[in-house]
Amino acid sequence: MVSNISKTQILSIYKSLLRESEKFSNYNFRSYAIRRVRDAFKEHKSLTDKNLINKEYQFAKDNIAIIKRQVVIGEMYKTEKLVIENQQ
Amino acid sequence: MFRIIYNITHSYLNKTINRILQQENIIVMVLPGNRKISNRADNDKFSLKHEEIGRPLYFDAQATTPLDPRVLDAMLPYLVSYHGNPHSRTHTYGWESEAAVEKAREQVAHLIGADPKEIIFTSGATESNNISVKGVARFYAPRKKHIVTTQIEHKCVLDSCRALEGEGFKVTYLPVGPNGIINLQELEEALTPETSLVSVMTVNNEIGVKQPIAEIGAICKKKKVFFHTDAAQALGKIALDVNAMNIDLMSISGHKIYGPKGIGALFIRRRPRVRVEPIQSGGGQERGMRSGTVPTPLVVGLGAACEIAEREMKYDHAWVEKLSQRFLDKIYSKLTHVIRNGDLEQSYPGCLNLSFAYVEGESLLMALKDVALSSGSACTSASLEPSYVLRAIGTDEDLAHSSIRFGLGRFTTMDEVDYTAEKTIKHVERLREMSPLWEMVQEGVDIKTIKWSQH
Repeated sequence: MVSNISKTQILSIYKSLLRESEKFSNYNFRSYAIRRVRDAFKEHKSLTDKNLINKEYQFAKDNIAIIKRQVVIGEMYKTEKLVIENQQ
Repeated sequence: MFRIIYNITHSYLNKTINRILQQENIIVMVLPGNRKISNRADNDKFSLKHEEIGRPLYFDAQATTPLDPRVLDAMLPYLVSYHGNPHSRTHTYGWESEAAVEKAREQVAHLIGADPKEIIFTSGATESNNISVKGVARFYAPRKKHIVTTQIEHKCVLDSCRALEGEGFKVTYLPVGPNGIINLQELEEALTPETSLVSVMTVNNEIGVKQPIAEIGAICKKKKVFFHTDAAQALGKIALDVNAMNIDLMSISGHKIYGPKGIGALFIRRRPRVRVEPIQSGGGQERGMRSGTVPTPLVVGLGAACEIAEREMKYDHAWVEKLSQRFLDKIYSKLTHVIRNGDLEQSYPGCLNLSFAYVEGESLLMALKDVALSSGSACTSASLEPSYVLRAIGTDEDLAHSSIRFGLGRFTTMDEVDYTAEKTIKHVERLREMSPLWEMVQEGVDIKTIKWSQH
C-alpha cells in the first residue's frame, strides 16, 4: 500500500532536514549535510513515480533521525572552531 | 649552545676571535660587509606571522578521512548494545552480531561486484596486502617463485616483497613512466612461467595516478598469473568491478572511505580459486585466512561506509573534481613554475601532488600551518628524504623536495579550497622572494647550468 505524499509534506521534511543539518557543530559535516540535502532534493525534483517518491521520502526520514542523533554526539565532543570559521 | 654577536668592529673582531679560538668545538661564522645586520625585521614582507586562530583545515584525505556521521550512526548500536561475538553459535548475542557482519560483507562485496563469500575482514589494507603478497607467494612457492610489482607501490607491498626476497623469491619491480603509469608491454615481458603474482596498486597514494587495472587484469588472465591490486585509495572513489577487471585479490581499507580505522577487507577470488597461506594462526575465522575475532562494530562501519560510497560515488567524484579544478585554476593563475606530479588525465582528482619550484617543501608546510597538509605519504612524512614515488617517476631532486600533496574529499568545502589556494599562493610568493635562486631564474639564469663549487 503506497500512500500519497503531498507537496507540503515534502517541503516540510526538506526544511526540517536543512534545519537539523545547520545544527552540526563540525564545520565540514554541517556544510556537507546542507549541500547534500539541497542537491538531493534538486536532483529528485522532477520525480513523478509514486513508489519512488515514497522511497525517497522514507530515506529522508531515516536521514533526519541520523542527523538528529549525530548532532547530539557531535555537540558532546566538539572541538575548537576551524580557522575558516573564525575568519567569517 | 651558540651566540650571535652583531656588528662588531674590526679591532674587536681580532680580539674576540683569538679568545674564541682557544675554546674547543666551536664554529665561527663571520659575515663581512658594510651593511649592518639586524635581527629586527624591518619589513613584514618576509616575516612569518600566524594571525589566524583555530584548528587547521584538513587537506590530507589520502592519509585518512574523517568518520562519516552516517557510518558512526550505524556502528554505535554495536558498541553500545549488541556486544556478542559473531562466532558464538549458541545464543542470540552471537547471532545478531553474525547477522550484522554478514550484512556488512554483502555491502562490501556489492561495491566491487564480488560475491560476499569472497570477502574476508582484516585489520586494514596493510594486512590485506601482506596476506595477498606473502600468502600467495608462499602457497605457490613449490612451483612458482617469482613476483612482479611496481616501484611506486605502498610501503607494505614493497616491504612484503623485500621479506620474500629474503626467503629466496625473485621479485621484479617494474619502473613507471614520467607520468607514473606502468608500461603494459614491460609488464607482459616481465611475466614468466615462474610468476605467481602481479601486484599493482589501483590509485597511487602520493601522486594519485590510476593504473590501467582492466588491461593489467586481462594480461594476467591470459598468462594465468594471479593479479592483486591495492585499492585502498581507489575504492569508493572510482568504479571498480573485480570480474570486469579480472582482479583476483583486492585490498580494501576502512578509514580511507570515511569508515573507521583498524578495519579493512580482502577480496579473494573463489573461482578460479586463489589460495593463500595464512599469516596469522588461530581459530580459523574468515575461512581460515585470517584468524581472530571479527570486530563487529568496525565491520559494520566498513559495510556502512561501502554502501554510502556506492550511493555517493558519482556525487562525491563530481564535487571533488570541481574542487580540484578550482584549486588548480587559482594556483596556475597566480603562480608559475608549478608542476603537477603524475599523469594529468589518468589520475584521481582528489589527490593533487604539486611541486613548487624554488620553494622548499618543508618551509612551505611550516608556513601553511593552518592547513593540514603533507609532502607525501603519512608513513614517510617523518623523514625529510624525498619520496621514492617521486624519484620513481623521475622528478628532479630539487623538485621532489618542493612537492606538497593536497588531498580533497567528501567533506572539503569550496571556502576551504579558496582559503588554502590563497594561502599557498601568498607563501610561495613570499618564500620565492627570499630565495636567491628564484632571483636568478627571474634574471634568466638557467639554474641547471650552474656549477656549484664545493669547498
